[in-house]
Amino acid sequence: MPWTRRHLLTIEELSLAEIGQIHATATAFKKILSRSVKKVPALRGKTIVNLFLEPSTRTRMAFDMAAKRLSADVISLDGASSSTTKGETLRDTAENIRALGADMIILRHAAAGSPLYLSKFLDIPVINAGDGAHEHPTQGLLDTFTMLEHLGSLKGRKVVILGDILFSRVARSNIHALTKLGAAVTLVGPSTLVPHWFTDLGVKVSHDLRSALADAEVVMLLRIQHERQSSGHFPSLGEYTSMFGLNKTRASWLNPKAIIMHPGPINRGVEIDSELADGDRSVILEQVTNGIAVRMAVLYLCSGGQPESVMPATA
Amino acid sequence: MSTFWIQNARVIDPATKRDAVGELYISDGKFVTAFSAAAKKRAKKIDATGLVACPGLIDVHVHFREPGQTHKETIATGSRAAAAGGFTTVVCMPNTAPVADNAGTIQLINDSVRRDAVVRVLPTGCITVGMKGAALAPIGSLKRAGVVAITDDGDCVQSNELMRRACEYAKMFDLPIMDHCQDHSMTVGAVMNEGVMSTRLGLRGWPNAAEDLIVARNAILSEHTGAHIHLQHISSRHSVDIIRRAKARGVKITAEATPHHIALTDESLATYDTHFKMNPPLRTEEDRRAIIAGLRDGTIDIIATDHAPHTDYEKDKEFDFAPNGILGLETALPVTLAILLRQEKFKLPFVIDLMTRRPAQLLGLPAGTLAEGAAADLCLFNLNEDWTYDAKAGFSKSSNSPWHGTTLTGRVKTTFVGGKIVFAQGKIS
Repeated sequence: MPWTRRHLLTIEELSLAEIGQIHATATAFKKILSRSVKKVPALRGKTIVNLFLEPSTRTRMAFDMAAKRLSADVISLDGASSSTTKGETLRDTAENIRALGADMIILRHAAAGSPLYLSKFLDIPVINAGDGAHEHPTQGLLDTFTMLEHLGSLKGRKVVILGDILFSRVARSNIHALTKLGAAVTLVGPSTLVPHWFTDLGVKVSHDLRSALADAEVVMLLRIQHERQSSGHFPSLGEYTSMFGLNKTRASWLNPKAIIMHPGPINRGVEIDSELADGDRSVILEQVTNGIAVRMAVLYLCSGGQPESVMPATA
Repeated sequence: MSTFWIQNARVIDPATKRDAVGELYISDGKFVTAFSAAAKKRAKKIDATGLVACPGLIDVHVHFREPGQTHKETIATGSRAAAAGGFTTVVCMPNTAPVADNAGTIQLINDSVRRDAVVRVLPTGCITVGMKGAALAPIGSLKRAGVVAITDDGDCVQSNELMRRACEYAKMFDLPIMDHCQDHSMTVGAVMNEGVMSTRLGLRGWPNAAEDLIVARNAILSEHTGAHIHLQHISSRHSVDIIRRAKARGVKITAEATPHHIALTDESLATYDTHFKMNPPLRTEEDRRAIIAGLRDGTIDIIATDHAPHTDYEKDKEFDFAPNGILGLETALPVTLAILLRQEKFKLPFVIDLMTRRPAQLLGLPAGTLAEGAAADLCLFNLNEDWTYDAKAGFSKSSNSPWHGTTLTGRVKTTFVGGKIVFAQGKIS
């Protein structure tokens, strides 16, 4: 089946087959990352613009790295240096970038739906690098890629996502990817941050950590933001940690082979004990590395590359 | 002044319980019951075969943006949009720039109305100074300057104590208070209904409860003070229930529903189209059904549009950053007919009642009837004509409508204000 999508806006709109194609392409690219020359000419002559209108280090660097590994020219623009601070609209900024000859825009934006908005009037691919609390599709893809590496298949496997789900685009993208891949997903956290509405997305919602973690094979933690405290979503970070923080005792409730994941940045001692973050069940840094392979796959496919041509072209 | 003899129309006048094919006579700007043979000879004959003739429609909730935001709409363009939609009386909200919180601004608006308007445009004044919710506006002076109600539309008065005093004070002048029911503390950053859709879309939700609380507060304050509080654009099913119970106790509250809240739900937001962004937001099918039930049993008194023009470049933004509001005047009649008449099987005279006699009665306006001696404000429309609505070709200065490009059924043909044709053959005259 050929890859036909030009934009990557959400995981919700991807088919299971498309997720499989991205993962397969990422597997091929991952091999390149362990070679001494970590570069292929796939996107030579193409210019990719990283338009990051919200702060990011990991995602932006990973996209940067992925584009460079594919030999594309990359320009990164952040919120502070862009004209949006001078009152320019997102449409005007994007159309100017297009007029400058960009072949692709990677957008990080605080407003949900903004990548879809750009894709409606731009004739170049738009890649969503996180839009508000909506989706962060490459994160969902790299997370499931990492899970698949460890578990082989996700069909019927118990995955727990723990933390601030309400405001998390990572959670939403993972929910869509995991449910398509057949995993049994449970969301856990304080009821203020894990509203019951999520059950409509085909997942379970729980506020009881013990039963949720029991026998889970994957636990994915999400960062708890200090601001949620002042907005009344929970009393204090201390109370959060005491109720929902992952520590050694609670980790013992998991399946013995379970992996611990976190999209970063982590708050040591808040959502996760330092020991666990650095422990041998933690795959947090593997996620970061896989993020490059997965993003290479996305940039490559959305530029018109085909999954089956990766290996011959790069061997 | 011309005399008109309108023939063969299906004449519907809820105020006089008239619904029959017949004739209407207009002379000296008023309806008369019959013409002499000589008058018949002189009169301009209008063959209205196949058309409905009803009182000119009345909309108690429009934003004409004048003064201060005339890039969006003016009294001239807004009143033309009204005429094209069959409306002959509209009530404009005071959230202009500056806001209409003093007699001088009302006078300025009235001057523009006299100069530019093609339909009757009635102003409202603010409840509080600067619409800031902190101190009462000079409500007596506003009344004297001609406001028909007071409201901080869009900025609901949050202080219960201040709202109570506003009620007591306004009652002295028999001025209704119109309230946009929203508890601000529960809607910080909210851009749509809170629920399954907001969860999916990752947009900040505004829960029904934020409306319900203020609706309940207003029912309590109306009962406490005896003031008439009119609840604007009800969007929540629980609010409908609260209003129903309060009315059953005889509380002096009234309520309106917009065409968009009876026609659409938050499912429409799936593509982040800002033409579906308004405040209060579109809610769920359950809410939509409850509002319709409220209209059916009289819990909700009237239809009002909340006509809220914004320019293309203002709406063409990230969903979070686009302003709230959509146009309403030029689509209100066909959209309301599509839902209430065709889907819900309301009787046509009842639908017309919701847009004519009842809004007039709600504000005590001498309008909304075809009775003898009444000002000849009239709407002639074809109930079954299909047409494609092109918002860009409409009379409003803006084109922010979710119905742009869609086919609507039911089309206004002619609008009379005070016995003069203001809209006919697709043109303002």
